[in-house]
Amino acid sequence: MKNKEIEVCINGETIQASVPVRMNLVDFIREKLGLTGSHVGCEQGVCGACTISIDGVAVRGCLMLAVQADGSSITTIEGVSENPVGSALQRAFVEHNALQCGFCTPGMIASSIEYIEQGGLSDRAAIREHLSGNYCRCTGYQSIIDAVASVVDQRAEP
Amino acid sequence: MIADDTQTCQPLAGGQSLMPMLNLRVAQPEVLVDLNRIAALSFIEIQNDVVHIGAMVRYTALMHSPLIDKHVPLLAMALPYIAHQAVRNRGTIGGSVALADPAAEMPAVLKALAATIVVVSAHGQREIPAEAFFLGIYETALDEGELVHSIKIPLATSGHRFGFYELARRHGDYAMAGVAVSAQSINPCTELSIVFFGVADQPLRAVDAQAVLEGCAISDNAALTAAQQSLPAELMLGDTGVSADTRLQLARVALKRALLSMAD
Ligand SMILES: Cc1cc2nc3c(=O)[nH]c(=O)nc-3n(C[C@H](O)[C@H](O)[C@H](O)COP(=O)(O)OP(=O)(O)OC[C@H]3O[C@@H](n4cnc5c(N)ncnc54)[C@H](O)[C@@H]3O)c2cc1C
Ligand code: FES
Ligand code: FES
Repeated sequence: MKNKEIEVCINGETIQASVPVRMNLVDFIREKLGLTGSHVGCEQGVCGACTISIDGVAVRGCLMLAVQADGSSITTIEGVSENPVGSALQRAFVEHNALQCGFCTPGMIASSIEYIEQGGLSDRAAIREHLSGNYCRCTGYQSIIDAVASVVDQRAEP
Repeated sequence: MIADDTQTCQPLAGGQSLMPMLNLRVAQPEVLVDLNRIAALSFIEIQNDVVHIGAMVRYTALMHSPLIDKHVPLLAMALPYIAHQAVRNRGTIGGSVALADPAAEMPAVLKALAATIVVVSAHGQREIPAEAFFLGIYETALDEGELVHSIKIPLATSGHRFGFYELARRHGDYAMAGVAVSAQSINPCTELSIVFFGVADQPLRAVDAQAVLEGCAISDNAALTAAQQSLPAELMLGDTGVSADTRLQLARVALKRALLSMAD
């Protein structure tokens, strides 16, 4: 299979790599870059475990090719603590027991960052809707909604 | 490249349907042509009496577009029902049109609005009415080597009314049954256009229901019931989740709710 040179900025670090043209972005991140925080559940866009941020937009890492990320800036769970919203969410997830096995958490955090950065409210139904594309098999979701709502509320405080 | 028939070749748009097919090895094209860097396919603009939308415009961009909100409200109503945010951030209107999934929202909305699909190939451009574009499950009027270039949708006028309703198991899932409705007026109904998705092998125009309701008030109970009864049972598809009978019932419910939502 053919390879192509790409350059991406991943969690603040610019790297060049030669990638097979048909390699998925999340496989590239996990296998070539060794950043195994992004998880792979279904490889068909359904579970949300592979959700990462590309140029500030949450996308499925399993539904993009690594070559398509050429020139972009990627944030995975390994880099979210650099972002104030990301680190607040990480703390809130722990405080609210919003993770058990943690498989869904990297994707949940990526989707939640997008929600909060776009000015999402602490309205539970709206949070639920935004996170509807992220499956969790452990928590029953309530605590995840609590965690996200708490970060929205904290940020609203003067 | 797309026209070269010595190799199997497929365009890659948002990848939100094609990438799962590649991952599952259901599709195995030798060549993929990535449309994502073609900036000329991502425009939303008004031209005379239509909104012209490039094939590579993503759902999220449509949701954030004041032009769509104002001039194509039915499209705006349908967008939040498509998948989830992260999928909408990549998925494109052109991809949905080209894929022609009978459960997808966009094809039904475009058919209800009498939109036109602009297609291009090495030989030039042609325009196909949405009415004649969607032919079956994943089947369209696109010829070998043709690409969806853009979509033209007539602007809504001030009296125009729209309804949309979808029944799905979970938010963002494909519909078990859904319907898109457009009307020039609703009291009485004129120029009703009713198109279902997720019920048959293609976006299904409810011709009889349109005829039954034409000239009646939209909240006229007798007309509503007659419209529900007129849906074509023989065209409903069943699958492992929903039988054809259930589908018919769900379609009737969706129709009633969509029409009543237009009355308020
Ligand atoms: C979890 C999940 C849930 C989903 N739920 C829904 C839903 O509820 N409703 C819904 O409608 N969709 C849903 N989808 C599908 C999503 O909307 C797709 O984005 C869309 O159907 C295809 O658009 P795309 O841009 O991703 O196209 P791609 O996946 O890139 O392409 C789809 C097909 O169209 C062809 N193609 C793409 N663009 C063109 C073009 N311009 N000209 C010619 N051929 C072209 C490709 O070769 C391919 O065969 C869901 C997807 C996922 C992963
Ligand atoms: S692995 Fe990408 S959505 Fe499930
Ligand atoms: S914590 Fe286990 S899947 Fe969510």
